[in-house]
Amino acid sequence: MMTEQEALFDYCLRIGDSSLIIGHRLSEWCGHGPILEEDIAIINVSLDLVGQARSVLDYAGKVEGKGRSEDDLAYLRDVTFYRNHLLCEQPNGDYGKTIVRQFLFDSFHYFFLNELVNSKDQFFSGYAEKSLKEVTYHMQHSTKWMLRMGDGTEESHGRVQEPLNDLWRFTGEFFAVNEVDEILTSKGIAVDLNKIKPKWEQYVRSIVQEATLILPTNNWEQLGGKEGRHTEHLGFILAEMQFLPRAYPDATW
Amino acid sequence: MTNGNWPLWEVFIRSRQGLNHKHVGSLRASDEEMAIENARDVYTRRSEGISIWVVLSSNVHASNPTEKGPMFDPAEDKVYRHPTFYDIPDEIGHM
Repeated sequence: MMTEQEALFDYCLRIGDSSLIIGHRLSEWCGHGPILEEDIAIINVSLDLVGQARSVLDYAGKVEGKGRSEDDLAYLRDVTFYRNHLLCEQPNGDYGKTIVRQFLFDSFHYFFLNELVNSKDQFFSGYAEKSLKEVTYHMQHSTKWMLRMGDGTEESHGRVQEPLNDLWRFTGEFFAVNEVDEILTSKGIAVDLNKIKPKWEQYVRSIVQEATLILPTNNWEQLGGKEGRHTEHLGFILAEMQFLPRAYPDATW
Repeated sequence: MTNGNWPLWEVFIRSRQGLNHKHVGSLRASDEEMAIENARDVYTRRSEGISIWVVLSSNVHASNPTEKGPMFDPAEDKVYRHPTFYDIPDEIGHM
């Protein structure tokens, strides 16, 4: 049985790692965006998410109480110690796929933070309130692109329908509950995931419909990220992200 | 959209202290909504503004550079059009 402190640490990692990993994925678009304006827009989102990750990982280090900093946690943990949602580590693909991944994550993130605002943990409530302003814009941005591409040309429609079919299996994990949730939800610290699931589903369904897309009927759920069982992609992300501080441990920037 | 590019928009931003919207640059977007969002992302990343206007560049009509002489030179020797040309009587005090 986990202690409350261990659960809280794990919960911080789940939130921080998800923002860090999807933020890092988006940063791969830097200089490669489809147009200059969208390149800057998606990098703004990336920077928001990495910034959010920094503050949660900093808090995680304090909760753990072993003197680990946000940098130690980001750069010196291996795959099995990461707690991000599997969706966040999926490759960018083309811009259509990136937008679908972002839309699914942003909408979950939005409803999640909307509840986290009420957390009895003061750090989380403050963090949620501050992040919500950024995430509201992220959701607006990815939603509009879903609508433009889904309800665009035959070509653009296919470019979002296909990744929607492919990535849908990772969305079940948003609402999968484990021991961490059981310990922290009863204390009013963690978000009750069952409560936000219908809100998220309703939103996603309405946008998917408006975008003339079709939700996959296959409800297989790919789980594991919250317990450190990741897809093959995370190791490659970490190899790139962690190279510099591992090769030059005293480097400062 | 005939050349495959989105239309060009001129962006005007009002800064926190500023009274007027000032021209800051241009960008491409498929419609006015996207133009405002792109302007937010491209031109207000460092808290430059609190209000954005976008105008289709094709709707901006400009003076002709080759007519610069007749357009602007005549104003140059009309110093009396500047308030500083006039002496203020002492009894008026500070203005």
